[in-house]
Amino acid sequence: MKKIINKPENVVADMLTGMSAAHPEYLKKLDNFNVVVRKDTAASQKVALVSGGGSGHEPAHGGFVGKGMLDAAVAGDVFTSPTPDQIYEAIKAVADEAGVLLVIKNYTGDVMNFEMAQEMAEAEDIKVDSVVVNDDVAVENSTYTTGRRGIAGTIFVHKIAGAKAEAKGSLSEVKAVAEKVIANTSSMGIALSPCIVPAAGKANFTLGEDEMEVGMGIHGEPGTHRTKIKSADEIAEQLLSKILGDKPLQSHDEVAVMINGLGATPLMELYVVNKKVNATLKEKGVKVYKTFIGNYMTSLEMAGCSVSILKLDEELKSLLDAKADTPAFKVL
Amino acid sequence: MSLTSNQTILLLKEIGKTLEEHKTLLTELDGAIGDGDHGINMNKGFTAVTKKLDDIQTEDIGHILKTVGMTLVSNVGGASGPLYGTAFMKAAVVVAGKNEIDLHDFVKIMEEAVEGIKMRGKAVPGDKTMLDALEPAYNTLYQAVEENQPIEDILKKVKDAALQGVQYTEKIAAKKGRASYLGERSIGHQDPGAVSSYLILDTIYKTIRNIKD
Repeated sequence: MKKIINKPENVVADMLTGMSAAHPEYLKKLDNFNVVVRKDTAASQKVALVSGGGSGHEPAHGGFVGKGMLDAAVAGDVFTSPTPDQIYEAIKAVADEAGVLLVIKNYTGDVMNFEMAQEMAEAEDIKVDSVVVNDDVAVENSTYTTGRRGIAGTIFVHKIAGAKAEAKGSLSEVKAVAEKVIANTSSMGIALSPCIVPAAGKANFTLGEDEMEVGMGIHGEPGTHRTKIKSADEIAEQLLSKILGDKPLQSHDEVAVMINGLGATPLMELYVVNKKVNATLKEKGVKVYKTFIGNYMTSLEMAGCSVSILKLDEELKSLLDAKADTPAFKVL
Repeated sequence: MSLTSNQTILLLKEIGKTLEEHKTLLTELDGAIGDGDHGINMNKGFTAVTKKLDDIQTEDIGHILKTVGMTLVSNVGGASGPLYGTAFMKAAVVVAGKNEIDLHDFVKIMEEAVEGIKMRGKAVPGDKTMLDALEPAYNTLYQAVEENQPIEDILKKVKDAALQGVQYTEKIAAKKGRASYLGERSIGHQDPGAVSSYLILDTIYKTIRNIKD
């Protein structure tokens, strides 16, 4: 393992300290907790958005704390859900009468830990509700199983629900728009190389020099299958066809597109993927309203990318356009 | 026979030792179908529990179990923290205020623990989770206690039922947890949560047999 770290067990706290030192105009770290909160959150009289999960997905989620997105982000150990006491502290730090919405990625551990924190907060008479993001169409959906994972589409939920909260929407309105984004978002990714969890010290799987894993999760969980590496155009087509198979689009539909890097993929390659994604959508008569290219939901040093498509309506368009100012995501 | 609070603490520490000894096994089982941290997380949780139990100043077994549950919840993370934590916290309620517990209390403890895990994890037996070890273990315990069998026989049957449950998880596909992403490919692997549950019940059997002798 070759990493720029001090001790594996300190990596999350070290990162958050460095993060709050870098962005004091946006956020601060809570003493003794792996939680960052918006600097100007006090007396904001708006619904507070709290998200988080395992670390290793930077800039998710701390990088999205700021105006028009998250009010607090809770960072668990690398790829491990944060514990309820940490989440509870985040809720307490940002809650006022308007209430708190928890944005949870659909993983068994995350859902349970956030649920326990919600119960703890409710016992203290804090108004808390939650949504669970499950945009990864690589996993079959079923009510009898854990179901689809939450991946990069989560950023759309942060952005749009955050804008609704900033516009003083009520807790039920913010939740409703978050649910709408979740219902309208599909994502899928591929990986070219594994990643190394600092505490483990070695990769938990290997990929051959000429192989890629299709539908890979953001923690190195296996995808649907493994194939020989393909061209960017073929990869884009394959991901898009699965995404559109899940949520078909009609001619004249409008969408937001996110081409997300998993950590070790150059922007150059993400733009190359977008060339084909954009062209294919145009051929179908779909209007691309806004495109986001970059590393939003990473998986440590994994190489690869994911494509997310959010189908828009007038409400979602105006909320997507609303001002957001955070360290890692800006609409100005 | 019944267990005093000190014996309960001893038993909980023995569980910690067992999980430490089997850390690598649990992590390897989890690596095959999950995210490969079950052994690390359980050991982290029970190391914290053992430390807490060193300074605990109460004879109330309900309080002791509640402390175990809360310590697991705030130290383990992932899925096993809330599941085992909830199990101990729910179990704590039925023995609140007691300085001694007997087999009938243990039946109630197991019942609450299993119900708590079902409530928190929303899993049912057959999903390839710890419930596949715990539910048959509880059913066996309930019946054997009804029949007034000797304690050593009862606890042996209970841990054997859990082991059978572990073996059953090898034959089925996961429907809950990260292993569910593998679907059919999870067949052929034991569920690490079922294995840790078995290890806990096996430690209860062995420790109580030793206390009794």
